[in-house]
Amino acid sequence: MVDTNQIWKYLEEVSDPEIPVLTVNDLGIVRNVSIEGGLCKVTITPTYSGCPAMKRIEDDIIEKLKDKGIENVKVDLVLSPAWTTDWITENGRQKLLEYGIAPPQDEVDKSVLFAEPTNVPCPKCSSSNTRMISQFGSTACKAHYQCNECMEPYDYFKCL
Amino acid sequence: MSKALFEYVLRLGDDSLILGQRLSEWCGHGPILEEDIATTNIALDLIGQATTLLEYAAHLEGKKRSADELAFLRIDREYKNLLLVEQENGDFGKTIMRQFLFDAYRKLLFEKLLSSSDEHLAAIAEKSLKETKYHLKHSSEWVIRLGDGTEESHERVQDSLNELWRYTGELFFEDEVDTELKGSGVIPDVSDIQDKWNELVMNVLAEATLTIPNDNWQFDGGRVGKHSEHLGYLLSVMQYMQRAYPNMEW
Repeated sequence: MVDTNQIWKYLEEVSDPEIPVLTVNDLGIVRNVSIEGGLCKVTITPTYSGCPAMKRIEDDIIEKLKDKGIENVKVDLVLSPAWTTDWITENGRQKLLEYGIAPPQDEVDKSVLFAEPTNVPCPKCSSSNTRMISQFGSTACKAHYQCNECMEPYDYFKCL
Repeated sequence: MSKALFEYVLRLGDDSLILGQRLSEWCGHGPILEEDIATTNIALDLIGQATTLLEYAAHLEGKKRSADELAFLRIDREYKNLLLVEQENGDFGKTIMRQFLFDAYRKLLFEKLLSSSDEHLAAIAEKSLKETKYHLKHSSEWVIRLGDGTEESHERVQDSLNELWRYTGELFFEDEVDTELKGSGVIPDVSDIQDKWNELVMNVLAEATLTIPNDNWQFDGGRVGKHSEHLGYLLSVMQYMQRAYPNMEW
């Protein structure tokens, strides 16, 4: 029988359907893995309440573990503690940047109602002369930015 | 208590569901692409919150009705959302004003619900609060931009405020459901939220150079299922698929 460490390794092969460079481990949405009485339980937490990728991720985890010969799998969804972008791993942040999505920057934009838009360096040319185009981007978790130097339009994975 | 809690969670779930449905009407019709995306993103958050809330309501009810059945197979009098959220979109200014008045209330409510004695409700509040802060930031910035903008944008958003103000009293509606839940520490005292809401709203409106109407007539009824004429039309669109093709899934 496999142990939980092995399950965590298998989960490295399950990617986010909307940002395929990130695994579920990079995203930090897997909160717990346990094996009890032959049942493998994976606990995940949603990024956003309405994120359409969650159901798909749940199915992908079950399918991946089945492929690895683990038949008895249950995926539980928990809401608390609520997911935060702080849980995206260092490795995950690097992958986002290479993929062309600016990783979450700091804590500022989480709490303040009238904060200036966060300074987000361009993932293409690294210039910090950039501007926010819209607080809401191609998915709920991203804002839309543009670089004033190289003119590259890009997504910013906003802090949550 | 679970009957009162069911009713309360249903009210919150219906607020999210109906406003989510309203906002989704903007999909493909936004005044600019960025706002088309923003309003539909916010709609998606709200539908997600509605799912979580209605799933919990279904569990509390214990009658084997699913969240989907609650969402799509009730009649209008069984919906317990605020009258404010079912009001028609109007122009972009009215949509934004409706959103702002609601977001300010929801943010303050969720902040208080974090310390609810009901753990699951507190968890839903914790999750939803993070999203709601972004919604409020978006809507309040637009209220200021439009109010303190051109003559026309000012006039339109002032007209919207005049029209929508009469639905804001209901944000602080209380009946025996609230009294019971307050007693057991499940929900906060509404007067506490009301003061903070007034302060927040007045600050933004002042910056937007907008004024609240003198006429302070207030409607209520949504919380007990008495709705404006707009809800029926909204439901006929929202429920069409389930009514025409019962039990369909995709």
